[in-house]
Amino acid sequence: MPAAGWPSAARRIPSKGDIQMTDTPLIQTRRLTRVYPGVIALDHVDFDVRPGEVHVLFGENGAGKSTLISLLAGANTPSEGEILVEGAPVRFASVADAQAAGIYTVFQEFSLIPTMTVAQNMFLGREPGFGPFTDHRAMRRAAQALLDSLGFDVPTGAVIAHLSRAQQQMVEIAKAFHGDPKVLILDEPTASLTDREVDHLFRTILRLRAQGVAIIYISHRIHEFERIADRVTVLRDGAYIGTTAMADTDEATLVEMMAGRAIRDIYPDIPHAPGEVLLEVNALRAWGVRGASLTARRGEVLGMAGLVGSGKSRLFRALMGIQPIRSGTVRWKGAQITGAATRHIMGAGIYYLTSDRKSEGLDLAKSSWQNLGIDLMMGREARGPFIRPRALRSVAAEIFDTVELRASYRPKPVAQLSGGNQQKVLFAKSFGHEADLYIFDEPTVGVDMGTRAALYRLIRDIAASGKAVIVISSDLPEVLNLAHRVLVMAEGRISAELTGDQRTEDNVLRHFFDDTGETA
Amino acid sequence: MTPDDAPQDNLLKRVFIRVGVLPFFLGVALIVFTILSDKFLTVQNLVNVGRQSVYLILVSLGQMLVLISGGFDLSVGTVIALSSVVSASVMVAMVPVFPDAVWLAIAIGALAGFGAAIVVGGINGIGVAVFEVSPFIMTLGVSSVGAGLALFLTGGIPVSGLPYAFGNVFGFGRLWGIPVPVIVAAICIALMWVLMSRTRLGAQIYAVGGNIKAAHLSAINTRRTLMVAYILCSLIAALTGLLLTARVESGEANLGGTIALESIAACVIAGVSLRGGLGRVENVVLGGFFIILVQNGMNLAQVSSYMQMVLLGALLILAVIFDQLRFRMIMSGR
Repeated sequence: MPAAGWPSAARRIPSKGDIQMTDTPLIQTRRLTRVYPGVIALDHVDFDVRPGEVHVLFGENGAGKSTLISLLAGANTPSEGEILVEGAPVRFASVADAQAAGIYTVFQEFSLIPTMTVAQNMFLGREPGFGPFTDHRAMRRAAQALLDSLGFDVPTGAVIAHLSRAQQQMVEIAKAFHGDPKVLILDEPTASLTDREVDHLFRTILRLRAQGVAIIYISHRIHEFERIADRVTVLRDGAYIGTTAMADTDEATLVEMMAGRAIRDIYPDIPHAPGEVLLEVNALRAWGVRGASLTARRGEVLGMAGLVGSGKSRLFRALMGIQPIRSGTVRWKGAQITGAATRHIMGAGIYYLTSDRKSEGLDLAKSSWQNLGIDLMMGREARGPFIRPRALRSVAAEIFDTVELRASYRPKPVAQLSGGNQQKVLFAKSFGHEADLYIFDEPTVGVDMGTRAALYRLIRDIAASGKAVIVISSDLPEVLNLAHRVLVMAEGRISAELTGDQRTEDNVLRHFFDDTGETA
Repeated sequence: MTPDDAPQDNLLKRVFIRVGVLPFFLGVALIVFTILSDKFLTVQNLVNVGRQSVYLILVSLGQMLVLISGGFDLSVGTVIALSSVVSASVMVAMVPVFPDAVWLAIAIGALAGFGAAIVVGGINGIGVAVFEVSPFIMTLGVSSVGAGLALFLTGGIPVSGLPYAFGNVFGFGRLWGIPVPVIVAAICIALMWVLMSRTRLGAQIYAVGGNIKAAHLSAINTRRTLMVAYILCSLIAALTGLLLTARVESGEANLGGTIALESIAACVIAGVSLRGGLGRVENVVLGGFFIILVQNGMNLAQVSSYMQMVLLGALLILAVIFDQLRFRMIMSGR
């Protein structure tokens, strides 16, 4: 998917041959390990970055990419192993330590102060001026110059909270660039940028590469990083799988390295038997949703694709009564349910599985039993004011067997379980309710491959039993391989409906942006 | 073996994670006060402490409900004062109306006291559940309003002239040799245990306090659940207010002065988490008993009442620190 204007930009950049490559890597890790309670996030990883290269870290959510960079960035300390900078072992106690060594990181989670302006954020802690006084004009000018050089269109005087996510992302990137980095780490920097902004970013990355800066680039979008990557290192379930030159590999090989198995072994065949229409959404408007219509029917998996902020999740959160609906209608089995309370919608037979299991899915200090118990009491087993612990327990045990949660994990506080097992508990909670439509919002975020395959089998079983399923996902292969019908959302609208052979990655990506090329 | 199978630790740690700091505090208190005073560890004294602790235990049970729901209630003392004043005034007014049916007058007075409590609890609940005001500010404000009203209604003068039967039964009465307040408390404890362990409502209170967003996505009416927690807390405080009114045989606006702090301390020491979602009825009963036991021990050891305030506050802070440690252990499994 070469974007317009890209080739000319690439030509202006000196090729890698011009740069003197030294033998000493800028950063090297030896048997780097990080253990969290219940999970080995990074398992003896050896990895190196040379000056003047773009090194992509590739892997699933939860593969250990973010853990690895948090160690390199000084945000976290290793449990075992060491980090070498230009051949000398280092210990970073803080992000400031790493920055002193020339390592700058742009994290996925922003470190901006929402009530301050763009310029203030960019110069936080190093404001120009005399003594305690800040020279605001100089600061604004310097910020503007830096943003211009990056090709980012962000007003320097604007308050962060008033900016779009894409603009906030640009400010975050600009902050790192102005520290004069030796190593620049970018964690999924394009997640909320438009094509044009991505082009700008890539041009800047290549310019820095030409100056000998090493760039560690985390992404799972092969189509995107193949344009800039020199080498790719693949991680899976916390372990190092391999490093390869981008020129010597292709998409299929990388995906297989990432997944540990061929795609067809991960995604089950889901029989397509479209039946009665259960859900009809008509011209729904809500915060971040600008008029969306769709239907969901029995025996079919409907996929929702789109960028972060495209409204694909908010559409269903509004439908479920989690956020208000401005206008439009929602019909369920022919009856109006627009604007009903979440519990009434659930009672009518729609279940929404949240994308954020920690903050709104699970009660982390409680056991799996207790987490599922409350759903059984409110859903399937709701009878009278009293509860019968023994009856609940036997139903719960059956459900845990279905989701393949091991018996020894069930009494533990779910905070102590790995992401994959926590997600199994979340799925178990969905079976605590009687539903005819299951809406899965990012059903496998931060989950290892083995668990993913198990969760996909659960989704298959639900659809095969004649219920309706909606899968909302930022993971394109997931949507494309599970869904019989794919809706793409951009800027709060549904920009395409793809069925049959139309369901390709290129087709979906093409509809990620509206014609204007701007995100909402 | 995957890390999810990490082995369990020693017994002391398991007790701490399960019930909190109370067993350790209780052990230390028993040893220290037994050394300091030979009158402390006697059947007579412990029975006394049990009887005195009835009032705090009741209020702590209500406080526990609100703490488990993820908030707290600083207005329990005010509810005691208000229900005392309101019920006493109504009783005194009703006695001449029903001169032959003194129990009817008492019942109407008590109902008026409970009514006042429902209003206070309802206001707390609406503020916290609907307008999402922080429970701290909401109940602090309400507690000032209630205290002011109680003083305003009586002009600061105790309401006297209560029916003799009221104090005689609920203040000093005995049934099968057991003081009536103890019986009332025992019934409340049993009901509260059933509520929290065997009813859907109790489970919903735990769920809302554990993670209110998750509770919402489990089809729980979170607003109603919070409202119920605050109203039940107020009702139990009002019941305590009635028992105390019977004990002092007058309606007093200065009843329940320090009980908000004491009830929170009793709960936290008994392992009710300030983060919500965790806590058990039987431990809270023991927590209330413990606070009175410490006060009794300090009295016997002739610690001045000023110093007692210092120690109680320190105890609360210590309990909160241990609560933090415990929560971290639960979350990390270490």
